[in-house]
Amino acid sequence: MSEPVVETRDLSMRFGGVLAVNNVNFSLLDKELRCLIGPNGAGKSTLFKCLTGQLALDHSNGRVYIRGHDVTGWRPYEIVRLGVGIKTQVPSVMNGLSVWENVWLSARRIHGRDGARGEADRVIGELGLGQIARQQVGELAHGQRQIVELGLVLAQRPWLVLLDEPAAGITGAETERLVELIRQINQNATVVVVDHDMHFVKMLGGKVTVMHQGQVLMEGASERVLSDSRVREVYIGGRAK
Amino acid sequence: MDFAAVVTLEILYMIAFLALTSAGLAIVFGMMRVINLAHGEFVMLGGYTTIACAKAGINIYFAMLVLAPLVVGIFGLVVERLVVRHLYGRMIDTMLATWGLSLLMVGLVSLIFGNTAVSVPAPIPGYQLGNFQMGGYNLFIIAVATLMVIGLWLLLRTTRIGLVARGAMQSAEVASSLGYNPNIVYMWTFTAGAALSGLAGGVLAPLTGLLPSSGGAYIAKAFITVITGGAAVIAGTLSSSVIFGTINQLVSFASTPVLGEIAMLALAIVLLRLMPQGITGRFFRNST
Amino acid sequence: MNDAFAAAGRMRWGWFIAFAIALVLLPAVSETHTPTLLAIWALFALSLGLMWGYAGILSFGHAAYFGLGAYTYAITAMNTGESTAPLLLALFVPACVAAVIGAMMFYGRISDVYMGVITLVVTLILFKFMNATAGDAYRIGDARLGGFNGIPAFPILNVPGDPSTQIFGTPFYYVSVFCLLGCYLVSRWILAGAFGRVLLGIRENQARVELLGYNAPAHKTAIFTVTAAMAGLAGCLFANWAEIVTPSVFSLGQSAEVIVWVIAGGLGTLVGPMLGAAVLGMLKLLLGQQTLIDNSLVLGAILILVVLLVPRGVVPAFLAWRARRERGAASRRSAQGTRRRRQRPVSGTT
Repeated sequence: MSEPVVETRDLSMRFGGVLAVNNVNFSLLDKELRCLIGPNGAGKSTLFKCLTGQLALDHSNGRVYIRGHDVTGWRPYEIVRLGVGIKTQVPSVMNGLSVWENVWLSARRIHGRDGARGEADRVIGELGLGQIARQQVGELAHGQRQIVELGLVLAQRPWLVLLDEPAAGITGAETERLVELIRQINQNATVVVVDHDMHFVKMLGGKVTVMHQGQVLMEGASERVLSDSRVREVYIGGRAK
Repeated sequence: MDFAAVVTLEILYMIAFLALTSAGLAIVFGMMRVINLAHGEFVMLGGYTTIACAKAGINIYFAMLVLAPLVVGIFGLVVERLVVRHLYGRMIDTMLATWGLSLLMVGLVSLIFGNTAVSVPAPIPGYQLGNFQMGGYNLFIIAVATLMVIGLWLLLRTTRIGLVARGAMQSAEVASSLGYNPNIVYMWTFTAGAALSGLAGGVLAPLTGLLPSSGGAYIAKAFITVITGGAAVIAGTLSSSVIFGTINQLVSFASTPVLGEIAMLALAIVLLRLMPQGITGRFFRNST
Repeated sequence: MNDAFAAAGRMRWGWFIAFAIALVLLPAVSETHTPTLLAIWALFALSLGLMWGYAGILSFGHAAYFGLGAYTYAITAMNTGESTAPLLLALFVPACVAAVIGAMMFYGRISDVYMGVITLVVTLILFKFMNATAGDAYRIGDARLGGFNGIPAFPILNVPGDPSTQIFGTPFYYVSVFCLLGCYLVSRWILAGAFGRVLLGIRENQARVELLGYNAPAHKTAIFTVTAAMAGLAGCLFANWAEIVTPSVFSLGQSAEVIVWVIAGGLGTLVGPMLGAAVLGMLKLLLGQQTLIDNSLVLGAILILVVLLVPRGVVPAFLAWRARRERGAASRRSAQGTRRRRQRPVSGTT
């Protein structure tokens, strides 16, 4: 049994009177593709932000481990330096800079000043952003900004990729491309995808963790979990098929 | 025993001073997230209005409690319509524009009233407390401040206007759904804030000689009090006034007034570092 | 073609050299006392413009470092009699104070508004403290702090190592211009490098830059420190120009003025702040010579108008206008080309 690369122990997060994450023990093995799903308010994004350091944790919240390091309370940049790539729920990119400049800035941290140029070109090519490479990101459509953000993540060649709602605002053929891209990333990295769109999750496959009211409701292979009646109930009115 | 009474009264006076001079800024910041850096000049304008009226023979209480708020309130209304209205949501731009406004007001007042200090005598005489000579007018200020706080709390908590105002503070949609145009709500809120600043200026006018540059003395402390207080208008301003007023006076008594002020400023930095959302961002979260 | 990195780092050598030559030749046609002051103010504005325009850090109390530079120079010069150490300390002391305050603010996850308050308060504390230091009890070595009267009669700059050869008048003008141009070059160099590009990223979206693994607080503290040193240099030069330092160097008015200069001239450029300082500074001096129109009045009106009408400042507005004109001309040219092609008879058809 191999060691988990990501692990939370008794993770809890409270906002005012609400216990958004309630004693969650979550673990992830190397090169897994894991989908974290649940209806709105289930606690998935909060759990995500605990993993990324976007929510300040102290030891009363429990513990988070990444590759054996206790990262509880670490700031985002410290966690990213372990080799983690993060895409947030609301596209977080640098609006006043061009697509190329955004990706360059990401690439530069890993590849140095000269290597960054080549890496930025490569990533932009791979993601088909060549046409808009010199446009200001702030002027792009939502879906394009999502792809740019993915580019930011990929430029650092992370071994752990955390994606919060990557499919939001993307439809049809683009969604299929995204699924393909995520599977490709999974060849070289452990991937966690947080989303509430069950159709998208079904396309991805992999292992699924369902959250409900701050706790893990169920965990297992995609088909089994997604067809479970309890899970469907929790998604009353959801697009479960 | 007397000394304890004196210290207590001085502390109460300082708290009242801070609450009075910060109220206008607190309303505008707490409700609309607008930082009005001309606030000190609004206070100064209230002072000049009072003094000018008193010198023209109008009853000084009427001048400070009715005319000063009225005049400055109207001025605030004009400012809101002409300048502030265009800058909602742009916090830094609002700070810059209101800073420009404060410079403009200092210039205008200098032009109209000149650069020498003007003053009126305090209408309430001093009294003896043991070995100490106390200013009787300070008690009046404490009374006015107390009434103002209570009045504001009642207004916000028990009246329809207060409900709408608190709703608009949450979001513009809340105000709309209650049937009120949020822009109108903001306009009146800014006007109310200006009027309160005018009241403060009027009430404080008899204490010192007033200069066009007097606004500068008010803005810094008011600013710090409001920001440290946090989002809740009354609870925030009150709690930070209490803390700062107490520290200011205690340190002043122990050493010098200047050190008292510096202590208050230094404390502000520490508090803001520890509680970035202000006092009511951490404690008393759901208060008004 | 939107290339923020290139625009920030681009050094227009032609313009720079032309301007430098003009400044060098100025003493031949004019007195240097006023231009020296304008150059000092331009340097002060440049320091704020660098930090605010490119890293997004607005300090409401940048005058604190200007004043610290001035006072540090005066106090140290009175104690040592020679000017090299005081000059260096005038850079070092503001930098250290800025490093401490900056680290405290930036590592503390506080928002822009609260940062504005804290920077304002620091200046206030310095102002109030210095104002109250009258009397013999307040002295550092041989230098009495002097309260609101300040410190007069301290040794001015001299040629390093030769205390008897003082620098004033036209040579002092050249020293000030040299400092201004030097700091301008340093600023360009910072912006052209990777560090400067990270700053631009931080200005755009600090959260995202941290999510890329950059230590944003460290970057911000660094630029805060560097610009404080520049402001300190300006303050030191100011002390030498005025030959007296008073607490007014820490005043809210001074902090307000430099912000107006930067924003009126143009946030997001290096030239804008310097231009704003020179023009508005000159205006202030001219207004100071008459009593009808108060300087505050004019400055206040300008600030309000700029914020309402040209929020990004004069220089960026001008650049945008010029870019629009170029695009307009380009599209007119291509439209003309299309029209000409249409008018030519198309052979092979009937």
